[in-house]
Amino acid sequence: MTKELSKKVIAIKPSGIRKFFDLVSEMQDVISLGVGEPDFDTPWHIRDEGIYALEKGRTFYTSNSGLKALRQEISNYIKRTQNILYNPDNEIIVTVGGSEAIDIGIRALVNDGDEVIIPQPSYVSYEPCALLANAKPVIINLKAENEFRLTSDELLNAITEKTKILILPFPNNPTGSIMDKDDLEKIAKVIIEKDIYVMSDEIYSELSYKDKHVSIASLPQMKERTILINGFSKAYAMTGWRLGYACAPKEIIKQMTKIHQYAIMCAPTTSQYAAVEALKNGDNDVAMMRQSYNQRRRFLLNAFKEMNLPCFEPFGAFYVFPCIKEFGMTSEEFATRLLQEEKVAAIPGNAFGDSGEGYLRISYAYSLDNLKKAMERLGRFVKKLREEKSK
Amino acid sequence: MREELLTLIEKNSKIGLKELSVLLGVDEASVLQELEALEKEGVICGYHTLIDWEKTSIEKVTALIEVRVTPQRGQGFDSIAERIYNYPEVRAAYLISGGYDLLIILEEKSLREIANFVSDKLSTLDSVLSTATHFVLKKYKYHGTIISKKHDDEREIVTP
Repeated sequence: MTKELSKKVIAIKPSGIRKFFDLVSEMQDVISLGVGEPDFDTPWHIRDEGIYALEKGRTFYTSNSGLKALRQEISNYIKRTQNILYNPDNEIIVTVGGSEAIDIGIRALVNDGDEVIIPQPSYVSYEPCALLANAKPVIINLKAENEFRLTSDELLNAITEKTKILILPFPNNPTGSIMDKDDLEKIAKVIIEKDIYVMSDEIYSELSYKDKHVSIASLPQMKERTILINGFSKAYAMTGWRLGYACAPKEIIKQMTKIHQYAIMCAPTTSQYAAVEALKNGDNDVAMMRQSYNQRRRFLLNAFKEMNLPCFEPFGAFYVFPCIKEFGMTSEEFATRLLQEEKVAAIPGNAFGDSGEGYLRISYAYSLDNLKKAMERLGRFVKKLREEKSK
Repeated sequence: MREELLTLIEKNSKIGLKELSVLLGVDEASVLQELEALEKEGVICGYHTLIDWEKTSIEKVTALIEVRVTPQRGQGFDSIAERIYNYPEVRAAYLISGGYDLLIILEEKSLREIANFVSDKLSTLDSVLSTATHFVLKKYKYHGTIISKKHDDEREIVTP
């Protein structure tokens, strides 16, 4: 075949995480701190409901936007956690993971050349999704001194006449940073004034260790311009079920549903039945997991303190983002040596954007025993590097 | 902090003060104070170790015994229960609603010893009306811990 493949796709870089994965997968006995998914199994009562759905032969397509019962439960959940009312009939769509919602949400909003503002470091798929939709990604490099939160000044500076959407990814992967209500109010003011949309990716909303997570959609005049994205992967440890959702004004959901309808048809039926159970009876599981993550978070921060590794205190998701600039290496060099010399895998911060350079994403979705071993090794490594440097 | 502390030491009684203080985000003195209070109040009744005896060469036989008894005036079931649970081989004793009254969990070195306990000690008590003995064939889960299964991490090593 001589005909060329899509230039647009060819130009997109594969994820930096992928590159690191190839390196790791050649090695044995690696302690990994590299995953972006919970270490818990999906709670049994939720799995059981999935099995029951299969036994009952519930193996057909659901409606494009998802099971009515599930959309109703999603609506109830957002009402009770954020006090926002979304109509299950036309303001909610069930998607294949939050990641599909990101894709179809951007596609439903942008015209060629529209600008999508993406604060980084952040999850790897916003930028490629914007590019695939012929939009122009505009990156805001978040600053360590703001604990990687987005400020209204940074946002104002990035907005042009072509700006269509701000992506708001908090609690954040990879930094663990959160935005509280005060922070969000300042952002909302700019968004309303400049009349743009927000895609608020709240997939880690349940993993917030300070106060309860606040959605920007709950602020006055914001629901009408927000696509709220969430899902089951992180809160209920359901990554492999591939189930997420988006809530937005019905005009937006209507367009998103068309893309979803032609590309996907509907989210997996078994997963949808299991998810109904998760939302109905899963609060205790979420609380238990949150408590456990919080203990590990404290453990890691204490370990960094003991080895004198600078790290701001992150209050969300299950990541910490320590700074490794003192060693005079790039994140990739540091991560590669850490892997080769101590067999610990952590993701270089620059995999999540240029502003992640000089940092390391460490996931605490691991057992305490595992984290203890990893911190021993990291401590030894850090000590060795400091000795090398002082010579 | 109390509930979180109890949950932690219920899973791991070996956990040290320093680690508890880190995990709970409070200073060591407060953790110690709370632990002492819990012991004094009798909330913490002991610090045990979970052992899978089947992996050792030491023989252990476990039996669950349903006991029907006549409650005594003024005492209810408590005094007969006490007569039974005072035997050291009785590992657990519960008052149960439903078809029988007491559930006794017995651990012995052999079937014969359990049979002896039931016939010589338990059945001969005046207020015991009848017993039904069930032998444990296999322990799957005990004290919230799944005994046999070692859970490997099947996740990919690196994911976004």
